Amino acid sequence: MKDHHHDDRGNTRSEPPQSGGSSSMRGPGLRVLASGEAPADSPRKKLDLETVKKRLAQESGRQFWRSLDELSQGQDFQELIHREFPRQAAEWDDSVSRRGFLQVAGAGLALAGLTGCTRQPAERLVPYVRQPEEIIPGRPLQFATAATLGGYATGVLAESHMGRPTKLEGNPEHPASLGATDLKIQAEILSLYDPDRSKSVLHLGRVSTWEALTPQWEAPLKAQEALGGEGLRILSGVTTSPTLARQMAKVQERFPKSRWVQFEAAGRHGAEGGARLAFGEAVETRFDLSKAQVILTLDADLLCEGPGHVRYAKEFAAGRRVHETGDKMSRLYSIESSPTNTGTLADHRLPLQPAHIGHFALAVGAALGVPGVSSGGSLNPEAAAMAAAVAKDLAEHRGSCVVVAGEYTSPALHAVAHAINAALGNVGSTVFHTEPVVAEPANQVEDLRELVADMSAGRVQVLLILDSNPVFSAPADLGFTEALESVGLRLHLGLHDDETSEYCHWHVPMAHFLEGWSDARAFDGTVSLVQPLIEPLYGGKTIHEIVALLSGAPGLSAYELLEKTWKEADLTGTSWRRALHDGVVADSAAPTQAVTPDGAGVTAAAAELAGAAVGGSDLTLTFRPDPSIHDGRYANNGWLQEVPKPITRMVWDNALLISPATVEKLQLVDPGMEASLLPRQLKGAAARAGRLLSASGKMVRVSVGERTLEVPLWVVPGQAEGVLTLHLGYGRRRSGKVGTGVGFDVYPLRTTEALWQAEEVQVELTGATYELSSTQLHHNIPVESREAERRHLVRTATLEDFVKDRDVIHEMGHAEMAEESLYPGWPYDDYAWGLAIDLNSCLGCNACVVACQAENNIPVVGKEQVGKGREMHWLRIDRYFAGDLENPEVHQQPVPCMQCEQAPCETVCPVAATVHNEHGLNDMVYNRCVGTRYCSNNCPYKVRRFNFLKFNDTDDPVVAMGRNPDVTVRFRGVMEKCTYCVQRIAAAKIDSKVAGRRIKDGEIVTACQQVCPSDAIVFGDINDPEAKVRKWKDQPLNYALLEELGTRPRTTYLAKLRNPNSELERS
Amino acid sequence: MATTEPTQGGNSLSVPVVGPGHDNVTVTDQISGVVFGKTPLWWFVALAISAGVLMMMLYAIVFLLFTGTGVWGLNIPVAWGFAIINFVWWIGIGHAGTLISAILLLLNQNWRTSINRFAEAMTLFAVACAGIFPILHTGRPWLAVYWLLPYPNTMGLWPQFRSPLIWDVFAVSTYLTISLLFWYVGLIPDLATMRDRAKTYAGQKIYGLFSLGWRGSAKHWHNYESLYLLLAGISTPLVLSVHTVVSFDFSVGQLPGWHATIFPPYFVAGAIYAGFAMVLLLAIPLRKIFHLEDFITIKHLENMGIVTLATGMMVAYGYMVELFMAFYSGNQYEEFMMLNRITGPYQMQWWSLLLCNALAPQVLWVKRIRTSPAALFVVAIIVSIGMWLERFIIVVTSLHRDFLPSSWGMYAGTKWDWALYIGTMGLFLTLFFLFIRFVPMISIFEMRTIVPDSRKGEV
Repeated sequence: MKDHHHDDRGNTRSEPPQSGGSSSMRGPGLRVLASGEAPADSPRKKLDLETVKKRLAQESGRQFWRSLDELSQGQDFQELIHREFPRQAAEWDDSVSRRGFLQVAGAGLALAGLTGCTRQPAERLVPYVRQPEEIIPGRPLQFATAATLGGYATGVLAESHMGRPTKLEGNPEHPASLGATDLKIQAEILSLYDPDRSKSVLHLGRVSTWEALTPQWEAPLKAQEALGGEGLRILSGVTTSPTLARQMAKVQERFPKSRWVQFEAAGRHGAEGGARLAFGEAVETRFDLSKAQVILTLDADLLCEGPGHVRYAKEFAAGRRVHETGDKMSRLYSIESSPTNTGTLADHRLPLQPAHIGHFALAVGAALGVPGVSSGGSLNPEAAAMAAAVAKDLAEHRGSCVVVAGEYTSPALHAVAHAINAALGNVGSTVFHTEPVVAEPANQVEDLRELVADMSAGRVQVLLILDSNPVFSAPADLGFTEALESVGLRLHLGLHDDETSEYCHWHVPMAHFLEGWSDARAFDGTVSLVQPLIEPLYGGKTIHEIVALLSGAPGLSAYELLEKTWKEADLTGTSWRRALHDGVVADSAAPTQAVTPDGAGVTAAAAELAGAAVGGSDLTLTFRPDPSIHDGRYANNGWLQEVPKPITRMVWDNALLISPATVEKLQLVDPGMEASLLPRQLKGAAARAGRLLSASGKMVRVSVGERTLEVPLWVVPGQAEGVLTLHLGYGRRRSGKVGTGVGFDVYPLRTTEALWQAEEVQVELTGATYELSSTQLHHNIPVESREAERRHLVRTATLEDFVKDRDVIHEMGHAEMAEESLYPGWPYDDYAWGLAIDLNSCLGCNACVVACQAENNIPVVGKEQVGKGREMHWLRIDRYFAGDLENPEVHQQPVPCMQCEQAPCETVCPVAATVHNEHGLNDMVYNRCVGTRYCSNNCPYKVRRFNFLKFNDTDDPVVAMGRNPDVTVRFRGVMEKCTYCVQRIAAAKIDSKVAGRRIKDGEIVTACQQVCPSDAIVFGDINDPEAKVRKWKDQPLNYALLEELGTRPRTTYLAKLRNPNSELERS
Repeated sequence: MATTEPTQGGNSLSVPVVGPGHDNVTVTDQISGVVFGKTPLWWFVALAISAGVLMMMLYAIVFLLFTGTGVWGLNIPVAWGFAIINFVWWIGIGHAGTLISAILLLLNQNWRTSINRFAEAMTLFAVACAGIFPILHTGRPWLAVYWLLPYPNTMGLWPQFRSPLIWDVFAVSTYLTISLLFWYVGLIPDLATMRDRAKTYAGQKIYGLFSLGWRGSAKHWHNYESLYLLLAGISTPLVLSVHTVVSFDFSVGQLPGWHATIFPPYFVAGAIYAGFAMVLLLAIPLRKIFHLEDFITIKHLENMGIVTLATGMMVAYGYMVELFMAFYSGNQYEEFMMLNRITGPYQMQWWSLLLCNALAPQVLWVKRIRTSPAALFVVAIIVSIGMWLERFIIVVTSLHRDFLPSSWGMYAGTKWDWALYIGTMGLFLTLFFLFIRFVPMISIFEMRTIVPDSRKGEV
């Protein structure tokens, strides 16, 4: 894949971004107008050449100025602008609906140059004077780099088209990726080209420059140096970067009394605390699921959350891949408070309140005779029976099982899980302990508390907030914002001019990770060099360049700083280039450590768990990072906002997740509403379900002590009774046009004492309702699940049934696939492309959905349009519930275009805009489409998407830079759909033709297949008997969706299997 | 100049279809008098209101073209909505005109004479209204307007002839052409009469131009009669074919609720049903306002009532067959579709449809109601609403919950949907008001043939 070896920096630096206009988007004049402030120099200054020269020197990027007056920023000129363009000037203050943001951003660009008379600027094509090596116009290059979340790196290969990164793929050589990524990494491309990114240094909210900033910081830093840095604090997110750690050590040398505080709102507080509790020291724990035959997760979304989850998903799926009756399959028990993707794959899933999950862990530990653990608390009979069975199963698989506590559970639960794993002999086979991967392990909450105390007491004079947004996300009880105001000098580094930068004297735009050099470590300690693919679009700085101001090396570039770090580790010359090329520093994984659980710590943890009880109101409130926008950092990312959240299929919002039983208990449905909402075809249990689900969208007031929050309800089957879940990250006040004001800010409810869960919670209806958008009708779940079951859309069987009857899945079909047709069949002598999706592996993690969006230039439409049913995702994940409302089986089924051999869409198109090709694809000819939408009506799978409005912004050149140049950007009024990534097929065809050979199996990878962490998707030539996809399709588990219609889909599914513990299978 | 009487005639009329005391002169005077008389004030008011509604339609169209199909309530899965519903509704309404002109002519039902002219005009205007929708409902109307036609494209591209939408293009355009010709040819002798009676120079010239030099010679009448019968012969299959093809738009699809063999006859019956209701809706006020009770008699109204009842029964039979087949077929998708219509979110519309289309016309069994213009008017309104609902049910309830429950959705028209729908009524009425003002709305020469004491010879 990475055919192109490249040298250390030269060819990664592309030509300067073609965004001259955009860099002046918030030119000085407009900035002042927008904020409504009067210019500082009110009396009109005389125009003197020196000022003008200075101003021009300070401007970065290409600036358009219309007169010398503008350059001097005279007030007269401001007034002139106001008079001359009254409407446009006013529009800058207008809040724009989210769906219109891209259009407005484009209009804003034209306006910002204020040369906006020409709609189409003249563009010149200038050939390279000296052709850079390796760049062939039209052929992308791939460079290895790494994306981080919470400090932990996942290796990626970035695809670069003529110097523009357009797509990120997993780096197969990186241990945390193995070639796959998650949805957040896929969306980073959109973050890079986000038109709302901060574009210039701000001083007191006004545009300034980096050149203006540096001299102004000399004096305060000198003063601090004299004090030994007593009043200097740095607040950042958690980092694993060796270079940053080295720089921080330098800072510590220069300012011995300064403090560096790290805080992640959605950090690994439980895991860090748990390690200290169990082992008495900071220890990193990682798992090897490939050897695990029995897995117990305790409130853990092991496969979709936390460092290494992409790899875990791969290992887990490999351990459960059953294609023939002889194949082995691991067993997963999930005990969780709120349904997660991991839970949907569990063979046994039990919803419990967090306190009872602790009791469950104790019961398992006690049954296994784990030292220091004795049963405590209370468990309902079902849970007790399950604990006994789980303990027995674990005991039978000593050394090949694993117990995992969730990222957001208490340290005590982690400590007990460590003790159980140690007692089962899992350490060294499925569980590994290493030295901490993070640069400086710390008790984040305590450090932050101390920082706020220092700030309030006036002990902090200089504060740098680096890539962190504490004003938005710090625990509410700390009073961070108030304390912040007593700091004398505050600087903020971030991608956006956000809530925190509003409170800081200085704001510096941060370079996106694709714009600047850095390094980071993966969950197992492996180091990756983070190399940029493009010059910073807006002159952003990396965190290293800011810290260099303090460490006494101002002016050093991030590259030089990085080089210096690694020179010390002897990574130079060839080894350096090798590390850059591979995306990993060879053999840099942290060595395993032999640690044993500390008896006293475990006993204390067990006692804590035993003592935990559900509070008086019988309700527990849990906080979780949002599955898409995490702690709020991705709030301005339209792809992540619009991807339907797992289980709920909700978009563009967060809500209070609640179980149906809790709705009933708290009487949150009023009888008047239910009658009108309830479909009449429901009776009995289904009618009850419909009634309870209709509470979704009602506004409630949630109170925890004094703190209250009004938020809509969302009733989730499978949520544990008595557990209310809120997702963090929404309700941003300053995130940009996409994310501002979307959803509900739940941080005001979150305190240091109750970072992840709160007891003594009250809920009451406010009487108001709120419109929530989801991609699957919500009140309809009972009819939907009944029909899904009758129609055998997701076919499931137990492993036992499958072993007994190999054809159990086929027998569920209604009829043999109809072969007769009015129209003659196609010969398919050459390639015949096909896709198979293994439902047994699919996590429903949404990575494929976002990858498809990135690869195929799929637009974002906004909450309102999704509510109308106009989402554009070519690949969607269907969710069906089956069985009991309180603990249903959840099935998730990715649905791309089926590429039918007898396609209903093709015969009804009046203009032949969708046609069959000789390899079996249903090609979509955008240019020919007139948009009758008949094809969509006739598509039984409803995979076609229509541009009802002009969803794609075609005006903003920055947005355009992020698009895949190989895929047409569709116009209004045109139908579109999954093409099996036909651009990738075409590229492979050209390559094979040039080389005079056939396309090899595995040479073409669709975007969804490439990103899939669990390898659930396989694409290839079904005419090739050796092709993997052919082999999958020949499996007895293979079936086609709605096969009785005779459409003969090219996309087929492998049925989902469960491997239940026979002891727990109730009659 | 005088016009001669057509050679046709001599029917023995058991029931008078023209009031007593009329001869050729009074017939001519009264019908042409509507055109040549002083324009009443109400006409200006009515035209202004209709034209206002027409302006709303134009505004809705411009807004649609500049913003996109998204201004309507469409979505995935319900990708067809008001536009298609209204198209089928208007096309259906047009059918009565053709039926009255052609089939009743061939069947020698001379009571048709007094209503055929405006029924044909109604057909024409209804087809014009219908024709607006299929183009506008596409995502890119500026291309659809010619890409759907088989023109010699330099790339060698032709329309896709397997698609029922292409069949639609041919069916509807043929229908429009034949209807226009039929209506115009029928007008020629009367236009000559108007030319002869016009008192203004402009009137003489314009009517003269359109009367194509008609002198009423025997040869003229001979050619005229042949052409008229020929056109009637061509039109007759169109009554069946147009709505059959329109029904193919649905029945060729594989969607439960669309994919049904009963659709062609069921649609044709429904179209005639809706068309007669619309003729009643127009005839009842017209005869009152212009005092044409002697020409459009109770007998006419009653006959139309009987046709409405008969076609209504056919439509009801269609509903029964659909219901029966949904369960008899044993196809779970069909079964669910029908249950969903009856008990799902659109059950209100389904039950209203039954009430309007199957139940309401049953009152026409009573002669007293059949012969009461007011009662007939009310029934006609109910039937028109019912037929719109029928198309709503077919289009929307079939689409909104089809095969994969994950993709189910809901549909409702937006204000722009309504603006365009109501706007086409403005277009229809505007055209109709212009028609009654400038063209004899009842065929004068044909009326003269059925005046009981008609004499041969000159007037």
